[in-house]
Amino acid sequence: MTTGERDLLLEVRGLHATYGQGAVLHGIDFDVPTGGVVTILGSNGAGKTTTLRALSGEVSTRGSILLEGENLAGRSTEAIVRRGVAHVPQGRGTFVNFTVEENLRLGAHLRKDRDGVRADMDRMYEHFPVLGERREQQAGSLSGGEQQMLAVARALMLRPRLLLLDEPSLGLAPMVTRELFAIIGGINREENTTIVVVEQNARLALDLADMAYVLEAGRIVMAGTPEDVRDDEAMASAYLGYAV
Amino acid sequence: MELFIQQVISGLATGSIYASLAVALVLIYRSTDIVNFAQGEMAMFSAYVAWALIGAGVPFWPALLITLVGSFIGGLLVERVVIRPVEGRPELTIVIVTIGLFIFFNALAGWLWTYQVRGFPSPFPQRTLELGPVRAGLPALGIVAVVGIVVGLLFLLFQRTKLGLTMRAAAENPESSRLVGIRVGWMLALGWGLAATVGAVSGVLVAPILFLSPNMMGAVLIFAFAAATLGGFDSPVGAVVGGLIVGVSENLAGTYVDVIGADLKIVIPMAIIVGVLLVKPAGLFGSPAVERV
Repeated sequence: MTTGERDLLLEVRGLHATYGQGAVLHGIDFDVPTGGVVTILGSNGAGKTTTLRALSGEVSTRGSILLEGENLAGRSTEAIVRRGVAHVPQGRGTFVNFTVEENLRLGAHLRKDRDGVRADMDRMYEHFPVLGERREQQAGSLSGGEQQMLAVARALMLRPRLLLLDEPSLGLAPMVTRELFAIIGGINREENTTIVVVEQNARLALDLADMAYVLEAGRIVMAGTPEDVRDDEAMASAYLGYAV
Repeated sequence: MELFIQQVISGLATGSIYASLAVALVLIYRSTDIVNFAQGEMAMFSAYVAWALIGAGVPFWPALLITLVGSFIGGLLVERVVIRPVEGRPELTIVIVTIGLFIFFNALAGWLWTYQVRGFPSPFPQRTLELGPVRAGLPALGIVAVVGIVVGLLFLLFQRTKLGLTMRAAAENPESSRLVGIRVGWMLALGWGLAATVGAVSGVLVAPILFLSPNMMGAVLIFAFAAATLGGFDSPVGAVVGGLIVGVSENLAGTYVDVIGADLKIVIPMAIIVGVLLVKPAGLFGSPAVERV
């Protein structure tokens, strides 16, 4: 499990997470290099969403979550967001009764630099032109793909150090998903935003990522480059739908 | 005809008072999904604070200002100290807590100031304005103006400021609000503070009419419930419109329907509550509850 000579933005060690009575994560370790894209693959119920919720402080955890050396474990969600972790939850998490523009302003809630926020909003409208056309529209009236774009844009308004994406392809048409992933890849390259993306659509996620982890029943069963996953017979047939 | 218009004007005045208490109820309901049964008693307590200040020689308007600031802090503290520990519990639990608050404020006012009924100075001159054949009392017009200003300020706060946007977001979607770094807990507390402030306005406005006593707000709260139910419990605009409709219909029914007269007016809000819940449970401006799956 080498990450080359790149710095690590996030180091997760021995992460356990519980929902109510049940343990969902049983001590997982993973690294996220600065400026990289890491994908976490796995079937339904493997603990992918819980992993992201643990990083955001939304579930109770044991273990350490080091963001540039500072432990986030046990902190409140608001405090973790303050340290630059933006999370796009599954099912989008936009403010449906608010306009596109208001959603973006809410995304920049913690920022004090008015001019920077204004400039970033224009930049989002460049990344996602369809949002620019709909800036006065209520988020709830957008299509599923547009809402997902808005959710990503809203998260980027924080100028996050780390962007967590939970199943961005959920419920989207294949073409819309490809467009969204292309934009996300562009943002990663142009703005050097570090991304952790959790996906059922392994093929797209592997195209985007430079590091992949496979989660099964709360444990990491494989870690490697996207090529490693594609070349592994068991993994390919389980998550990519074909045998090597 | 003159009688009709005069009754409408005086109905708008009492309706404004119901509207302000209904807005207070709505502010809390929107952010926490609970009905604060203690809203009226908190307003009554605020009115006593204003009365005590005036009694100590403070002129009316400064006394009102101090009362409003004190009510804001009081509402904030009530949320932090009493409501926060039961946050996230079943709604019935929280409702019982607000009923406990009702009894607490009622008893505290009785203990501090006794249950004796007291006069309360009206800030408005007791004169009537004659507009052609129609005569309107200045106190009635003053009440409508004060409530209009309060509602207008609330509108500006919620629609034109960053704080208002943040408060609305925290009320609509607490989970996503946390994910953008909003301190949702504090936004709820601010909502309670604002509600207590708006409620205090209704208490101070109604005290000169009903006279000050610890049980002063009982009936007003029921009229405010009717107003909020009619307008839709999650709509501040609805609360205002509902309050005005309830106030006017109460007055007209009292004047023109002999059976009702002055004594049976309380039937009106009850009939409105039952009627709205049967015909249009979400109210005129409310959004029907939709469960996302």
